[in-house]
Amino acid sequence: MSARSIARDVTDGTRTARAVTEEALQTIADQDSEIHAFLDLQNESALIRADEIDALIAKGGEAGPLAGVPIALKDNMCQEGEVTSCASKILAGWRPPYDATVVAKLRAAGAVVVGKTNMDEFAMGSSTENSAFGPTRNPHDVTKVPGGSSGGSAAAVAAAMVPLSLGSDTGGSIRQPAALCGVVGVKPTYGLVSRYGLVAFASSLDQIGPFAADVTDAALLLEVIAGHDFMDSTSLNFPVPTLVDRLHDGVEGLKVGLCHELLNGVSDEVNASVRNAAKVLEDAGALISEIAIPELSLGLSAYYLIAPAEASSNLARYDGVRYGVRVDADDVTAMNTATRTAGFGDEVKRRIMLGTYALSAGYYDAYYGQAQRVRTLIISAFAKAYESVDLLLGATTPTTAFPLGDKVGDPMAMYQSDICTIPTNLAGHPAIAVPFNRGTDGLPIGVQLLGPALSEQRLFQAAKVIEDGAPA
Amino acid sequence: MTVVPAPLSEDDVRHVAKLARLSLSDAEVVTFTEQLRSVLDHAADVEALDLDGVLPTAHPLEISNVLRADEIRESLERAEVFAAAPRVADNRFSVPKIVGDAP
Repeated sequence: MSARSIARDVTDGTRTARAVTEEALQTIADQDSEIHAFLDLQNESALIRADEIDALIAKGGEAGPLAGVPIALKDNMCQEGEVTSCASKILAGWRPPYDATVVAKLRAAGAVVVGKTNMDEFAMGSSTENSAFGPTRNPHDVTKVPGGSSGGSAAAVAAAMVPLSLGSDTGGSIRQPAALCGVVGVKPTYGLVSRYGLVAFASSLDQIGPFAADVTDAALLLEVIAGHDFMDSTSLNFPVPTLVDRLHDGVEGLKVGLCHELLNGVSDEVNASVRNAAKVLEDAGALISEIAIPELSLGLSAYYLIAPAEASSNLARYDGVRYGVRVDADDVTAMNTATRTAGFGDEVKRRIMLGTYALSAGYYDAYYGQAQRVRTLIISAFAKAYESVDLLLGATTPTTAFPLGDKVGDPMAMYQSDICTIPTNLAGHPAIAVPFNRGTDGLPIGVQLLGPALSEQRLFQAAKVIEDGAPA
Repeated sequence: MTVVPAPLSEDDVRHVAKLARLSLSDAEVVTFTEQLRSVLDHAADVEALDLDGVLPTAHPLEISNVLRADEIRESLERAEVFAAAPRVADNRFSVPKIVGDAP
Protein backbone atom coordinates (compact mmCIF):
# COMPACT_ATOMS: atom_id res chain seq x y z
CA MET A 1 0.00 0.00 0.00
CA SER A 2 1.30 3.43 -0.94
CA ALA A 3 2.33 5.98 1.69
CA ARG A 4 -0.21 8.45 0.34
CA SER A 5 -3.08 5.92 0.67
CA ILE A 6 -2.03 5.09 4.22
CA ALA A 7 -1.85 8.79 5.15
CA ARG A 8 -5.27 9.39 3.61
CA ASP A 9 -6.85 6.41 5.38
CA VAL A 10 -5.32 7.28 8.73
CA THR A 11 -6.30 10.94 8.39
CA ASP A 12 -9.94 10.18 7.53
CA GLY A 13 -10.18 7.47 10.18
CA THR A 14 -10.61 4.50 7.81
CA ARG A 15 -7.61 2.82 9.44
CA THR A 16 -5.67 3.53 12.60
CA ALA A 17 -1.98 4.31 12.68
CA ARG A 18 -1.66 1.49 15.20
CA ALA A 19 -3.14 -1.07 12.78
CA VAL A 20 -0.84 0.13 9.99
CA THR A 21 2.20 0.04 12.27
CA GLU A 22 1.36 -3.42 13.63
CA GLU A 23 1.02 -4.70 10.08
CA ALA A 24 4.41 -3.26 9.08
CA LEU A 25 6.08 -4.73 12.18
CA GLN A 26 4.51 -8.11 11.42
CA THR A 27 5.75 -8.03 7.79
CA ILE A 28 9.23 -7.19 9.06
CA ALA A 29 9.07 -10.02 11.62
CA ASP A 30 8.01 -12.44 8.88
CA GLN A 31 10.57 -11.44 6.27
CA ASP A 32 13.59 -9.87 7.81
CA SER A 33 15.27 -13.01 9.11
CA GLU A 34 15.93 -13.77 5.44
CA ILE A 35 16.54 -10.24 4.06
CA HIS A 36 18.28 -8.57 7.04
CA ALA A 37 17.26 -5.07 5.99
CA PHE A 38 17.09 -3.89 9.62
CA LEU A 39 19.79 -3.51 12.24
CA ASP A 40 17.44 -2.33 14.97
CA LEU A 41 13.67 -2.33 15.35
CA GLN A 42 11.74 0.17 17.44
CA ASN A 43 8.52 -1.80 17.91
CA GLU A 44 7.60 -0.31 21.24
CA SER A 45 8.28 3.35 20.45
CA ALA A 46 6.67 2.97 17.01
CA LEU A 47 3.41 1.76 18.57
CA ILE A 48 3.50 4.54 21.15
CA ARG A 49 3.97 7.06 18.34
CA ALA A 50 1.14 5.45 16.33
CA ASP A 51 -1.19 5.75 19.32
CA GLU A 52 -0.28 9.42 19.69
CA ILE A 53 -1.20 10.01 16.05
CA ASP A 54 -4.49 8.15 16.45
CA ALA A 55 -5.29 10.18 19.57
CA LEU A 56 -4.50 13.41 17.76
CA ILE A 57 -6.76 12.50 14.85
CA ALA A 58 -9.56 11.38 17.20
CA LYS A 59 -9.45 14.88 18.73
CA GLY A 60 -9.76 16.42 15.26
CA GLY A 61 -6.10 17.42 15.02
CA GLU A 62 -3.93 17.60 11.90
CA ALA A 63 -1.51 14.66 11.88
CA GLY A 64 0.40 15.71 8.77
CA PRO A 65 1.03 14.51 5.21
CA LEU A 66 2.60 11.22 6.36
CA ALA A 67 0.01 10.47 9.07
CA GLY A 68 0.63 6.96 10.36
CA VAL A 69 3.06 6.03 7.55
CA PRO A 70 5.74 3.55 8.70
CA ILE A 71 9.24 4.59 7.66
CA ALA A 72 12.72 3.13 8.05
CA LEU A 73 15.92 5.15 8.48
CA LYS A 74 19.41 4.32 7.34
CA ASP A 75 21.47 3.69 10.45
CA ASN A 76 23.60 6.82 9.95
CA MET A 77 20.78 9.18 10.96
CA CYS A 78 20.67 10.22 14.60
CA GLN A 79 17.57 9.56 16.60
CA GLU A 80 17.48 10.59 20.23
CA GLY A 81 17.89 7.57 22.49
CA GLU A 82 17.78 5.02 19.63
CA VAL A 83 20.79 2.97 18.58
CA THR A 84 22.67 4.59 15.68
CA SER A 85 25.67 2.48 14.73
CA CYS A 86 26.46 3.29 11.06
CA ALA A 87 26.81 -0.51 10.81
CA SER A 88 30.18 -0.12 12.55
CA LYS A 89 31.57 -1.89 15.60
CA ILE A 90 33.08 1.41 16.69
CA LEU A 91 29.59 2.89 17.24
CA ALA A 92 27.86 -0.34 18.29
CA GLY A 93 25.13 0.52 20.77
CA TRP A 94 25.63 4.29 20.51
CA ARG A 95 22.48 6.23 21.38
CA PRO A 96 22.61 9.86 20.19
CA PRO A 97 21.37 12.57 22.53
CA TYR A 98 19.50 14.39 19.74
CA ASP A 99 17.37 13.93 16.62
CA ALA A 100 18.57 14.61 13.10
CA THR A 101 16.54 17.37 11.41
CA VAL A 102 15.02 14.82 9.01
CA VAL A 103 13.83 12.79 11.99
CA ALA A 104 12.18 15.86 13.53
CA LYS A 105 10.54 16.69 10.18
CA LEU A 106 9.22 13.15 9.77
CA ARG A 107 7.78 13.25 13.27
CA ALA A 108 6.09 16.59 12.57
CA ALA A 109 4.63 15.08 9.37
CA GLY A 110 3.04 12.19 11.30
CA ALA A 111 5.38 9.42 10.10
CA VAL A 112 6.16 6.45 12.36
CA VAL A 113 9.80 5.37 12.46
CA VAL A 114 9.90 1.57 12.80
CA GLY A 115 13.65 0.99 12.79
CA LYS A 116 17.14 1.55 11.47
CA THR A 117 18.36 -0.12 8.33
CA ASN A 118 21.54 -1.93 7.42
CA MET A 119 24.24 -0.23 5.35
CA ASP A 120 27.86 -0.49 4.38
CA GLU A 121 29.91 0.63 7.37
CA PHE A 122 29.89 4.45 7.48
CA ALA A 123 28.18 4.34 4.05
CA MET A 124 31.39 3.14 2.38
CA GLY A 125 30.47 0.50 -0.15
CA SER A 126 28.15 -0.50 -2.96
CA SER A 127 26.68 -3.79 -1.75
CA THR A 128 25.91 -3.52 2.01
CA GLU A 129 28.42 -6.35 2.48
CA ASN A 130 30.68 -3.97 4.41
CA SER A 131 28.23 -3.89 7.32
CA ALA A 132 29.89 -5.05 10.54
CA PHE A 133 26.62 -6.84 11.32
CA GLY A 134 26.27 -9.00 8.19
CA PRO A 135 24.95 -8.26 4.70
CA THR A 136 21.45 -7.46 3.51
CA ARG A 137 20.02 -9.66 0.77
CA ASN A 138 18.18 -8.54 -2.35
CA PRO A 139 14.46 -9.31 -1.90
CA HIS A 140 14.18 -10.23 -5.60
CA ASP A 141 16.88 -12.91 -5.24
CA VAL A 142 18.45 -13.55 -1.85
CA THR A 143 21.70 -14.78 -3.42
CA LYS A 144 22.25 -11.25 -4.80
CA VAL A 145 23.33 -8.01 -3.14
CA PRO A 146 20.78 -5.20 -2.67
CA GLY A 147 23.40 -2.62 -3.67
CA GLY A 148 24.73 -0.06 -1.26
CA SER A 149 25.53 1.69 0.77
CA SER A 150 21.83 2.24 1.65
CA GLY A 151 21.02 -1.42 0.87
CA GLY A 152 18.84 -2.01 3.92
CA SER A 153 16.64 1.00 3.17
CA ALA A 154 16.22 -0.10 -0.47
CA ALA A 155 15.47 -3.71 0.47
CA ALA A 156 12.97 -2.72 3.18
CA VAL A 157 10.89 -0.84 0.59
CA ALA A 158 11.41 -3.47 -2.14
CA ALA A 159 10.14 -6.20 0.21
CA ALA A 160 7.14 -3.99 1.14
CA MET A 161 8.12 -4.03 4.81
CA VAL A 162 7.70 -0.24 4.79
CA PRO A 163 6.36 2.06 2.07
CA LEU A 164 9.11 4.64 2.64
CA SER A 165 12.67 4.87 3.85
CA LEU A 166 15.53 7.34 3.92
CA GLY A 167 19.05 6.79 2.69
CA SER A 168 22.12 8.91 2.10
CA ASP A 169 23.89 9.30 -1.24
CA THR A 170 27.56 10.29 -1.39
CA GLY A 171 28.46 8.65 -4.71
CA GLY A 172 25.27 6.77 -5.58
CA SER A 173 24.34 5.13 -2.29
CA ILE A 174 20.62 5.82 -2.77
CA ARG A 175 20.25 5.45 -6.55
CA GLN A 176 22.38 2.33 -7.04
CA PRO A 177 20.54 0.19 -4.44
CA ALA A 178 17.21 1.62 -5.62
CA ALA A 179 17.99 0.42 -9.16
CA LEU A 180 19.18 -3.00 -7.99
CA CYS A 181 16.11 -3.47 -5.75
CA GLY A 182 13.53 -2.10 -8.20
CA VAL A 183 12.42 0.94 -6.21
CA VAL A 184 12.58 4.71 -6.70
CA GLY A 185 15.60 6.45 -5.16
CA VAL A 186 16.32 10.17 -5.16
CA LYS A 187 19.56 12.06 -4.59
CA PRO A 188 18.37 15.65 -4.05
CA THR A 189 20.34 18.79 -4.85
CA TYR A 190 23.20 19.24 -2.39
CA GLY A 191 21.85 21.40 0.42
CA LEU A 192 18.13 20.78 -0.23
CA VAL A 193 17.79 18.39 2.71
CA SER A 194 19.42 19.21 6.04
CA ARG A 195 22.25 16.92 7.11
CA TYR A 196 22.15 17.93 10.75
CA GLY A 197 22.31 14.59 12.56
CA LEU A 198 23.57 12.63 9.55
CA VAL A 199 26.85 10.96 10.49
CA ALA A 200 29.38 12.52 8.10
CA PHE A 201 31.24 10.50 5.48
CA ALA A 202 32.33 12.98 2.76
CA SER A 203 30.83 16.31 3.64
CA SER A 204 31.05 18.02 0.25
CA LEU A 205 29.13 15.11 -1.31
CA ASP A 206 26.74 13.58 1.28
CA GLN A 207 23.03 14.15 0.84
CA ILE A 208 19.94 12.52 2.43
CA GLY A 209 17.13 11.39 0.13
CA PRO A 210 14.04 9.20 -0.17
CA PHE A 211 13.32 5.64 -1.21
CA ALA A 212 9.75 4.76 -2.21
CA ALA A 213 7.89 2.15 -4.21
CA ASP A 214 6.79 4.78 -6.72
CA VAL A 215 7.61 8.28 -7.92
CA THR A 216 4.61 9.91 -6.25
CA ASP A 217 5.50 8.62 -2.80
CA ALA A 218 9.12 9.68 -3.31
CA ALA A 219 7.92 13.19 -4.19
CA LEU A 220 5.71 13.29 -1.10
CA LEU A 221 8.60 12.26 1.15
CA LEU A 222 11.07 14.70 -0.38
CA GLU A 223 8.63 17.57 0.18
CA VAL A 224 8.49 16.61 3.85
CA ILE A 225 12.25 16.40 4.46
CA ALA A 226 13.43 19.32 2.27
CA GLY A 227 13.94 22.84 3.52
CA HIS A 228 16.37 25.26 5.06
CA ASP A 229 17.88 24.44 8.44
CA PHE A 230 20.14 26.79 10.31
CA MET A 231 21.72 23.80 12.05
CA ASP A 232 23.36 22.80 8.74
CA SER A 233 25.64 25.48 7.32
CA THR A 234 25.44 23.83 3.88
CA SER A 235 21.64 23.97 3.85
CA LEU A 236 20.19 25.97 0.94
CA ASN A 237 17.92 28.85 1.83
CA PHE A 238 15.50 28.08 -0.96
CA PRO A 239 11.76 27.31 -0.98
CA VAL A 240 10.79 23.62 -0.85
CA PRO A 241 10.03 22.61 -4.46
CA THR A 242 6.42 21.77 -5.35
CA LEU A 243 6.60 18.17 -6.48
CA VAL A 244 3.37 16.25 -5.86
CA ASP A 245 1.01 18.92 -7.18
CA ARG A 246 3.02 19.34 -10.37
CA LEU A 247 3.85 15.68 -10.92
CA HIS A 248 1.52 15.23 -13.87
CA ASP A 249 2.64 18.24 -15.91
CA GLY A 250 4.28 15.95 -18.46
CA VAL A 251 7.37 16.37 -20.62
CA GLU A 252 5.98 18.07 -23.75
CA GLY A 253 8.88 20.02 -25.28
CA LEU A 254 11.33 18.94 -22.55
CA LYS A 255 14.84 18.50 -23.95
CA VAL A 256 16.46 15.29 -22.69
CA GLY A 257 20.01 14.29 -23.54
CA LEU A 258 20.81 10.60 -23.79
CA CYS A 259 24.24 10.76 -22.22
CA HIS A 260 26.95 8.67 -23.87
CA GLU A 261 29.18 8.48 -20.79
CA LEU A 262 26.28 7.21 -18.68
CA LEU A 263 25.91 4.25 -21.07
CA ASN A 264 29.59 3.55 -21.49
CA GLY A 265 30.49 0.05 -20.33
CA VAL A 266 26.97 -0.87 -19.22
CA SER A 267 25.47 -4.23 -20.16
CA ASP A 268 23.53 -4.51 -23.42
CA GLU A 269 20.25 -5.03 -21.62
CA VAL A 270 20.74 -1.99 -19.36
CA ASN A 271 21.65 0.04 -22.44
CA ALA A 272 18.45 -1.16 -24.15
CA SER A 273 16.38 -0.22 -21.09
CA VAL A 274 17.74 3.32 -21.10
CA ARG A 275 17.02 3.68 -24.82
CA ASN A 276 13.50 2.34 -24.30
CA ALA A 277 13.00 4.83 -21.48
CA ALA A 278 14.10 7.59 -23.89
CA LYS A 279 11.45 6.34 -26.32
CA VAL A 280 8.82 6.56 -23.57
CA LEU A 281 9.79 10.19 -22.97
CA GLU A 282 9.83 10.90 -26.70
CA ASP A 283 6.35 9.40 -27.15
CA ALA A 284 5.17 11.76 -24.40
CA GLY A 285 6.50 14.78 -26.29
CA ALA A 286 10.07 15.14 -25.03
CA LEU A 287 12.83 16.02 -27.48
CA ILE A 288 15.57 13.41 -27.24
CA SER A 289 19.11 14.02 -28.41
CA GLU A 290 22.37 12.13 -27.91
CA ILE A 291 25.01 14.01 -25.98
CA ALA A 292 28.64 13.32 -25.10
CA ILE A 293 30.17 14.77 -21.92
CA PRO A 294 33.67 13.22 -21.94
CA GLU A 295 34.66 14.81 -18.62
CA LEU A 296 32.17 12.59 -16.77
CA SER A 297 34.42 9.59 -17.37
CA LEU A 298 36.96 11.19 -15.01
CA GLY A 299 34.40 11.18 -12.20
CA LEU A 300 35.21 7.78 -10.73
CA SER A 301 38.92 8.53 -10.25
CA ALA A 302 38.27 11.99 -8.85
CA TYR A 303 35.61 10.67 -6.48
CA TYR A 304 37.81 7.90 -5.06
CA LEU A 305 40.38 10.54 -4.11
CA ILE A 306 38.01 13.25 -2.84
CA ALA A 307 35.61 11.05 -0.85
CA PRO A 308 38.35 9.12 1.00
CA ALA A 309 40.21 12.39 1.69
CA GLU A 310 37.13 13.88 3.34
CA ALA A 311 36.38 10.59 5.10
CA SER A 312 39.87 10.37 6.58
CA SER A 313 39.28 13.76 8.15
CA ASN A 314 35.67 13.12 9.25
CA LEU A 315 36.47 9.76 10.80
CA ALA A 316 39.34 11.15 12.87
CA ARG A 317 36.66 11.86 15.50
CA TYR A 318 36.35 8.14 16.35
CA ASP A 319 39.11 8.13 18.90
CA GLY A 320 37.48 6.31 21.81
CA VAL A 321 36.98 9.47 23.87
CA ARG A 322 33.57 11.09 23.47
CA TYR A 323 31.33 8.32 22.11
CA GLY A 324 31.40 4.78 20.85
CA VAL A 325 33.65 1.95 21.82
CA ARG A 326 37.06 2.24 23.51
CA VAL A 327 39.81 -0.35 23.63
CA ASP A 328 41.94 0.50 26.65
CA ALA A 329 45.70 0.96 26.41
CA ASP A 330 48.44 2.59 28.47
CA ASP A 331 48.69 5.90 26.67
CA VAL A 332 46.36 7.99 24.54
CA THR A 333 47.93 7.22 21.17
CA ALA A 334 47.92 3.50 21.88
CA MET A 335 44.28 3.73 23.04
CA ASN A 336 43.28 5.65 19.89
CA THR A 337 45.07 3.11 17.71
CA ALA A 338 43.71 0.05 19.49
CA THR A 339 40.17 1.48 19.39
CA ARG A 340 40.27 2.35 15.68
CA THR A 341 41.99 -0.90 14.69
CA ALA A 342 39.37 -2.99 16.46
CA GLY A 343 36.43 -0.74 15.62
CA PHE A 344 36.74 -0.13 11.87
CA GLY A 345 36.25 -2.73 9.14
CA ASP A 346 38.59 -3.23 6.19
CA GLU A 347 36.81 -0.96 3.69
CA VAL A 348 36.74 1.93 6.17
CA LYS A 349 40.44 1.38 6.87
CA ARG A 350 41.17 1.37 3.13
CA ARG A 351 39.37 4.65 2.61
CA ILE A 352 40.95 6.30 5.64
CA MET A 353 44.42 5.26 4.47
CA LEU A 354 43.75 6.25 0.87
CA GLY A 355 42.46 9.63 1.99
CA THR A 356 45.34 10.17 4.40
CA TYR A 357 47.75 9.35 1.56
CA ALA A 358 45.98 11.62 -0.95
CA LEU A 359 46.18 14.49 1.54
CA SER A 360 49.72 13.90 2.75
CA ALA A 361 52.70 16.11 2.05
CA GLY A 362 54.19 15.43 -1.37
CA TYR A 363 51.04 13.81 -2.76
CA TYR A 364 48.41 16.45 -2.08
CA ASP A 365 48.81 18.21 -5.43
CA ALA A 366 49.06 15.04 -7.50
CA TYR A 367 45.99 13.43 -5.97
CA TYR A 368 43.63 15.58 -3.94
CA GLY A 369 44.44 18.84 -5.72
CA GLN A 370 44.12 17.25 -9.16
CA ALA A 371 40.83 15.59 -8.17
CA GLN A 372 39.44 18.95 -7.04
CA ARG A 373 40.40 20.48 -10.39
CA VAL A 374 38.71 17.59 -12.20
CA ARG A 375 35.66 18.35 -10.11
CA THR A 376 35.69 21.85 -11.60
CA LEU A 377 35.94 20.37 -15.11
CA ILE A 378 32.96 18.12 -14.46
CA ILE A 379 30.86 20.97 -13.08
CA SER A 380 31.70 23.14 -16.14
CA ALA A 381 30.95 20.27 -18.51
CA PHE A 382 27.54 19.70 -16.91
CA ALA A 383 26.81 23.45 -17.10
CA LYS A 384 27.62 23.43 -20.81
CA ALA A 385 25.42 20.35 -21.39
CA TYR A 386 22.52 21.98 -19.58
CA GLU A 387 22.68 24.90 -22.01
CA SER A 388 21.39 22.55 -24.70
CA VAL A 389 19.25 20.06 -22.73
CA ASP A 390 16.99 20.28 -19.68
CA LEU A 391 17.74 16.84 -18.26
CA LEU A 392 20.10 13.93 -18.92
CA LEU A 393 19.15 10.28 -19.13
CA GLY A 394 21.47 7.32 -18.56
CA ALA A 395 21.97 4.08 -16.70
CA THR A 396 21.99 3.97 -12.90
CA THR A 397 24.14 0.85 -12.66
CA PRO A 398 26.19 -1.04 -15.27
CA THR A 399 24.39 -4.34 -14.58
CA THR A 400 21.59 -5.85 -12.52
CA ALA A 401 22.34 -6.97 -8.94
CA PHE A 402 25.50 -9.06 -8.61
CA PRO A 403 25.99 -12.13 -6.40
CA LEU A 404 26.90 -11.74 -2.74
CA GLY A 405 30.66 -12.14 -2.34
CA ASP A 406 31.34 -11.38 -6.01
CA LYS A 407 33.33 -8.17 -5.55
CA VAL A 408 34.30 -8.07 -1.86
CA GLY A 409 37.92 -9.03 -2.53
CA ASP A 410 38.38 -6.49 -5.31
CA PRO A 411 37.65 -2.94 -4.14
CA MET A 412 38.24 -1.41 -7.58
CA ALA A 413 35.64 -3.73 -9.16
CA MET A 414 33.19 -2.73 -6.42
CA TYR A 415 33.90 0.97 -7.00
CA GLN A 416 33.10 0.56 -10.71
CA SER A 417 29.45 -0.06 -9.83
CA ASP A 418 29.19 3.65 -8.92
CA ILE A 419 30.46 4.86 -12.28
CA CYS A 420 27.11 6.26 -13.51
CA THR A 421 26.05 7.84 -10.23
CA ILE A 422 29.21 9.63 -9.06
CA PRO A 423 29.27 12.64 -11.44
CA THR A 424 26.01 13.96 -9.97
CA ASN A 425 27.48 14.08 -6.46
CA LEU A 426 30.64 15.84 -7.60
CA ALA A 427 28.46 18.56 -9.14
CA GLY A 428 26.00 18.75 -6.22
CA HIS A 429 23.12 18.10 -8.61
CA PRO A 430 19.93 16.06 -8.16
CA ALA A 431 19.22 12.73 -9.85
CA ILE A 432 16.57 10.03 -9.59
CA ALA A 433 16.64 6.29 -10.23
CA VAL A 434 13.37 4.95 -11.64
CA PRO A 435 12.59 1.23 -12.02
CA PHE A 436 11.98 0.44 -15.69
CA ASN A 437 12.01 -3.28 -16.47
CA ARG A 438 13.80 -6.51 -15.63
CA GLY A 439 16.89 -8.17 -17.05
CA THR A 440 17.08 -11.72 -18.43
CA ASP A 441 17.94 -12.82 -14.87
CA GLY A 442 14.58 -11.47 -13.71
CA LEU A 443 16.22 -8.71 -11.64
CA PRO A 444 15.20 -5.05 -11.76
CA ILE A 445 16.82 -2.46 -14.03
CA GLY A 446 16.47 1.20 -13.09
CA VAL A 447 17.21 4.14 -15.35
CA GLN A 448 18.63 7.41 -14.11
CA LEU A 449 17.51 10.98 -14.79
CA LEU A 450 19.89 13.83 -13.95
CA GLY A 451 19.29 17.55 -13.82
CA PRO A 452 20.99 20.80 -12.85
CA ALA A 453 20.83 22.12 -9.28
CA LEU A 454 17.26 22.52 -7.98
CA SER A 455 15.63 20.90 -11.02
CA GLU A 456 13.72 18.44 -8.84
CA GLN A 457 10.30 19.45 -10.17
CA ARG A 458 11.27 18.62 -13.77
CA LEU A 459 13.11 15.47 -12.72
CA PHE A 460 10.05 14.14 -10.94
CA GLN A 461 7.78 15.03 -13.87
CA ALA A 462 10.01 13.12 -16.29
CA ALA A 463 10.40 10.25 -13.82
CA LYS A 464 6.61 9.99 -13.56
CA VAL A 465 6.32 9.73 -17.36
CA ILE A 466 8.94 6.98 -17.42
CA GLU A 467 7.22 5.14 -14.57
CA ASP A 468 3.84 5.32 -16.32
CA GLY A 469 5.33 4.15 -19.63
CA ALA A 470 7.58 1.42 -18.23
CA PRO A 471 6.83 -2.14 -19.41
CA ALA A 472 4.62 -3.89 -16.87
CA MET B 1 52.14 20.24 -14.50
CA THR B 2 52.10 18.13 -11.37
CA VAL B 3 54.72 15.50 -10.69
CA VAL B 4 53.44 11.94 -10.96
CA PRO B 5 54.37 10.18 -7.71
CA ALA B 6 56.14 6.83 -7.47
CA PRO B 7 53.89 3.78 -6.97
CA LEU B 8 52.55 3.29 -3.46
CA SER B 9 54.93 1.16 -1.40
CA GLU B 10 54.39 -1.01 1.66
CA ASP B 11 56.30 1.59 3.66
CA ASP B 12 53.87 4.26 2.46
CA VAL B 13 50.99 2.13 3.74
CA ARG B 14 52.70 1.62 7.10
CA HIS B 15 53.26 5.37 7.31
CA VAL B 16 49.67 6.41 6.52
CA ALA B 17 48.34 3.71 8.86
CA LYS B 18 50.42 5.23 11.64
CA LEU B 19 49.18 8.74 10.80
CA ALA B 20 45.59 7.46 10.78
CA ARG B 21 46.07 5.62 14.10
CA LEU B 22 45.55 2.17 12.61
CA SER B 23 47.70 -0.83 13.38
CA LEU B 24 48.19 -3.35 10.55
CA SER B 25 49.57 -6.87 10.54
CA ASP B 26 52.28 -7.68 8.00
CA ALA B 27 49.73 -9.62 5.94
CA GLU B 28 47.35 -6.65 5.99
CA VAL B 29 50.13 -4.35 4.80
CA VAL B 30 50.62 -6.57 1.75
CA THR B 31 46.90 -6.79 0.93
CA PHE B 32 46.14 -3.11 1.52
CA THR B 33 49.16 -2.02 -0.52
CA GLU B 34 47.95 -4.05 -3.48
CA GLN B 35 44.36 -2.81 -3.15
CA LEU B 36 45.23 0.84 -2.64
CA ARG B 37 47.69 0.70 -5.51
CA SER B 38 44.91 -0.50 -7.84
CA VAL B 39 42.78 2.51 -6.85
CA LEU B 40 45.70 4.89 -7.38
CA ASP B 41 46.52 3.22 -10.71
CA HIS B 42 42.96 3.90 -11.80
CA ALA B 43 43.46 7.53 -10.78
CA ALA B 44 46.38 7.82 -13.21
CA ASP B 45 43.94 9.38 -15.73
CA VAL B 46 43.33 12.21 -13.27
CA GLU B 47 46.98 12.55 -12.27
CA ALA B 48 48.12 12.78 -15.88
CA LEU B 49 45.88 15.69 -16.88
CA ASP B 50 47.40 19.11 -17.42
CA LEU B 51 45.07 21.25 -15.33
CA ASP B 52 47.20 24.32 -14.82
CA GLY B 53 44.86 27.27 -14.60
CA VAL B 54 41.83 25.22 -13.54
CA LEU B 55 40.69 26.26 -10.09
CA PRO B 56 40.00 23.49 -7.57
CA THR B 57 36.44 22.94 -6.31
CA ALA B 58 36.21 22.08 -2.63
CA HIS B 59 32.46 22.32 -2.39
CA PRO B 60 29.53 22.45 -4.84
CA LEU B 61 27.79 25.47 -3.32
CA GLU B 62 28.98 29.03 -3.55
CA ILE B 63 28.44 29.84 0.08
CA SER B 64 30.77 31.15 2.71
CA ASN B 65 30.72 32.32 6.30
CA VAL B 66 27.26 30.96 7.08
CA LEU B 67 26.26 32.17 10.53
CA ARG B 68 23.09 31.65 12.49
CA ALA B 69 21.44 34.40 14.48
CA ASP B 70 23.31 35.10 17.71
CA GLU B 71 20.56 33.95 20.03
CA ILE B 72 20.71 31.83 23.16
CA ARG B 73 19.17 28.44 22.47
CA GLU B 74 18.65 25.24 24.35
CA SER B 75 21.68 22.98 24.28
CA LEU B 76 22.33 19.37 25.22
CA GLU B 77 22.40 18.43 28.88
CA ARG B 78 25.89 17.51 30.07
CA ALA B 79 24.63 14.23 31.53
CA GLU B 80 23.13 13.21 28.15
CA VAL B 81 26.43 13.81 26.41
CA PHE B 82 28.50 11.96 28.99
CA ALA B 83 26.08 9.04 28.88
CA ALA B 84 27.51 8.11 25.47
CA ALA B 85 31.19 8.38 26.47
CA PRO B 86 33.25 5.26 27.21
CA ARG B 87 34.87 6.76 30.36
CA VAL B 88 33.85 9.79 32.37
CA ALA B 89 35.31 11.19 35.59
CA ASP B 90 34.30 14.34 37.50
CA ASN B 91 32.16 15.72 34.65
CA ARG B 92 34.97 15.29 32.15
CA PHE B 93 35.83 12.82 29.41
CA SER B 94 38.45 10.54 30.86
CA VAL B 95 41.50 9.42 28.87
CA PRO B 96 44.82 7.76 29.73
CA LYS B 97 47.46 10.16 30.98
CA ILE B 98 48.85 12.29 28.12
CA VAL B 99 51.85 13.97 29.77
CA GLY B 100 54.33 12.35 32.12
CA ASP B 101 54.65 12.92 35.88
CA ALA B 102 56.50 16.02 37.05
CA PRO B 103 60.19 15.23 37.63
